[in-house]
Amino acid sequence: MIGIIGYGSYLPRYRIKVEDIAKEWGSDPESIKKGLKLFEKTVPGLDEDTITISVQAAKNALKRAQINPKEIGAVYIGSESHPYAVKPSGTILIDALGIGPDVHVASYEFACKAGTEAMFVANSLVKSGEVKYALAIGADTSQGAPGDALEYSASAGGSAFIIGQENVIAEILFSNSYTSDTPDFWRREREFYPRHAGRFTGEPAYFRHVVSAGKLLLEKSDMKPEDFDFAVFHMPNGKFPQVAGKKLGFTEKQMETGWIAPWMGNTYSGSSPTGLSAVLDEAKPGNKIFMVSFGSGAGSDGFIFNVTDKILEVQDKAPKVREMLDNNKIYLDYGGYAKFREKIILNE
Amino acid sequence: MISPRYVREVPQRYRLEASKCKTCGKINFPPRLICPSCKSREFETITLSDKGKILTYTVIRVASAIFSRETPYAVAIIETTEGAKLMAMIADTNLDDVAIGKKVKLVFRKIQDEGVSGLHCYGYKAIVI
Amino acid sequence: MKDVAVIGIGMTKFGELWNKSIKDIFVEASLKAIDNAGVDHIDSMYVGAMSSGLFVGQEHIAAVMADYLGMGPVPSTHVESACASGGMAFRQAYLDVASGNSEIVLAAGVEKMNDGADATAVLATAADQEYEVYNGITFPGLYAMMANAHMHDFKTTPEQLAAVAVKNHHNGFNNPNAQFRSEITIDTVLNSTLVADPLHLLDCSPVTDGGAAVILCPLDMAKNFTDKAVKIIASTQASGTISLYERESFTSIKAVVKAAEKAYKQANLKPSDIDFAEVHDCFTISEIIVSEDLGFFNKGKGGFAVQEGKTSIETGEIPINTSGGLKSKGHPVGATGIAQVIELYEQLTEQAGKRQVKNAHIGMAQNMGGSGASCTINILEAL
Repeated sequence: MIGIIGYGSYLPRYRIKVEDIAKEWGSDPESIKKGLKLFEKTVPGLDEDTITISVQAAKNALKRAQINPKEIGAVYIGSESHPYAVKPSGTILIDALGIGPDVHVASYEFACKAGTEAMFVANSLVKSGEVKYALAIGADTSQGAPGDALEYSASAGGSAFIIGQENVIAEILFSNSYTSDTPDFWRREREFYPRHAGRFTGEPAYFRHVVSAGKLLLEKSDMKPEDFDFAVFHMPNGKFPQVAGKKLGFTEKQMETGWIAPWMGNTYSGSSPTGLSAVLDEAKPGNKIFMVSFGSGAGSDGFIFNVTDKILEVQDKAPKVREMLDNNKIYLDYGGYAKFREKIILNE
Repeated sequence: MISPRYVREVPQRYRLEASKCKTCGKINFPPRLICPSCKSREFETITLSDKGKILTYTVIRVASAIFSRETPYAVAIIETTEGAKLMAMIADTNLDDVAIGKKVKLVFRKIQDEGVSGLHCYGYKAIVI
Repeated sequence: MKDVAVIGIGMTKFGELWNKSIKDIFVEASLKAIDNAGVDHIDSMYVGAMSSGLFVGQEHIAAVMADYLGMGPVPSTHVESACASGGMAFRQAYLDVASGNSEIVLAAGVEKMNDGADATAVLATAADQEYEVYNGITFPGLYAMMANAHMHDFKTTPEQLAAVAVKNHHNGFNNPNAQFRSEITIDTVLNSTLVADPLHLLDCSPVTDGGAAVILCPLDMAKNFTDKAVKIIASTQASGTISLYERESFTSIKAVVKAAEKAYKQANLKPSDIDFAEVHDCFTISEIIVSEDLGFFNKGKGGFAVQEGKTSIETGEIPINTSGGLKSKGHPVGATGIAQVIELYEQLTEQAGKRQVKNAHIGMAQNMGGSGASCTINILEAL
């Protein structure tokens, strides 16, 4: 049996409300809240980045996996906000956690699905017998251009999964991928903010890939939506995943536990992985979990998990997503947010 | 570039590695070649716990250029549960909640950037719990 | 060891000296001292400066100054110990004469802090770079931490800290060379902006350009030059822990305690024998803590003492910082230790004007570096 043996997440404590962003640009917060189902989002501190988020998420995953970090043979971090353009985020993480030096490290990039990329590869590597344990992380501190629609959702956070063969808490039954050249959202080298193609990001991009990957996954597994207890989808806002899920035949009830974007925002590579983490926090033995991510450019990764008995032993060993979402919040105004997100031009 | 100087301190800044004197038990953070208490030269490497308490602190309101975006921020001298001491910036805490005696946990954070093109420099900060 | 005397003094005004370079300042102060002593040559010189390199990009400072002073190819030595550079240069000069190696020696300190360097960052190089400054502490921050500990342990108050600044400004008002010659009140201090809690702007010594110089010679030679000579009866130095966090106490500075012990022993004196003292008040809390570590007051009582006027010129049992201290006179880092000796000299030769302490026979100068990892103490006696 191969699957997740430990999982963990980290969300920064800072938040900004949709109202405070809307006020700045003269937009109507109610239409954003109703239309996109977003209320507030996480904001990283000046001292936080994809690496520090990954380290904390991985520490939480290690608390649940209870393995010796030195036995981790591969570390993959997926993000679209790696702190270095050239130098993998994992090189710093391994020294922070005491992993390696005999470890394979790589950075993944595929817009919002870089985290599930890492999971996909980690799973395959353990399956092939190449490594005993592989650590896969999806984490981001993504930027939204000032005054742009994405400013309401681009947020920060991440989740880590240790894949192995012993003491599995969620077996990976099936995985798949669906990819095409669909330029719905991208960022050119050396540009600070990304660009997107407006409404093209909907039907031709997000929905086409999520629904297609989802349908193919159901076929591959010979399972039906009703067979699942939970469904998690990439959450660019609160609305899209609910629509996609329904198109595939899932109910709001099945999606509820993993539906965290309205309070978290879109943590990009951390989005569906953190939704999965929120589900694992509450899952029971025997539960089936359906998950499809989406990364602009574009593609989707799909996974089907079967929760084992061991889940009950580990849930309480590290902070849960709901706790991190609801407690210890520090709200910022737009000025504080702009300062933290380095949107203010400094004299350097 | 400061790479060699930075890399040397990684075990301390990333993993809180300290050295404990085999003769008198004093914990040196960072490690030293000779124990300042008993002059012994034999040590064992230990990892400090990530929990401690504030012994004294201040709130910096005028900082040097590197930290000028972060003011006001608190810096504290912290004693870890095993009796080692270190200095750390306080993170994620309202300044009113910082006081002598408060308990803290140490977390991995980015400490400073070497300008726009240099290294990202990481280390430990403390959150009041 | 021979007995050594101070026979001449000279200093520039302390302040923002935009039109003077570090060389101009050093030479001006040194020539004043040389003329004041009435010597026509020197045998060696000691240059106290914290960091001409970081402030103005110039190292090899001892050679630069020897050259520009035009006093021939004499040996010139740079002495550095952060803010104790001046006092330590003085001690090295003292040893040079006391050992019999040289006769007429110049000890001069200088700092040019206003040429555009990030003064906060440069001053922070006196602290531990990797474990203190790396984590965001500043130099005022280190003393602020000591102040918080002192307030927590001994109930010292912000008003007592402010009283130090008020007293020193009051004294500095009568010092023609002081950077600030303005009377201030407790409220002025408490209403000035916070720099590092609990220290306000006016709890902190300023950023200053300035130079100060003295001439030393064997005591038995002094009368050849002047009838206003002063004898050095103790000159000591001690080292402490560089990082504040590694110290056992945050309210006492070990290097000060040790240097003082040795100084009292060398001069065969007790704290109560000292008539007045120049103390390193880089921050108001520093004066309070040092006044305790020098034995003038019991530990924890320094704040109450200054509040009760025990260290004022007018009513004090031990006037402290009659020159105005670093706070009012200014703190051109490397020059400070020498300027302290100059104040002792002026007091002991009854040339201190409106700052004059009555019956000043024995004065102490305490100079320390960084957060107190180094300390030099010099005790001078009137002849």
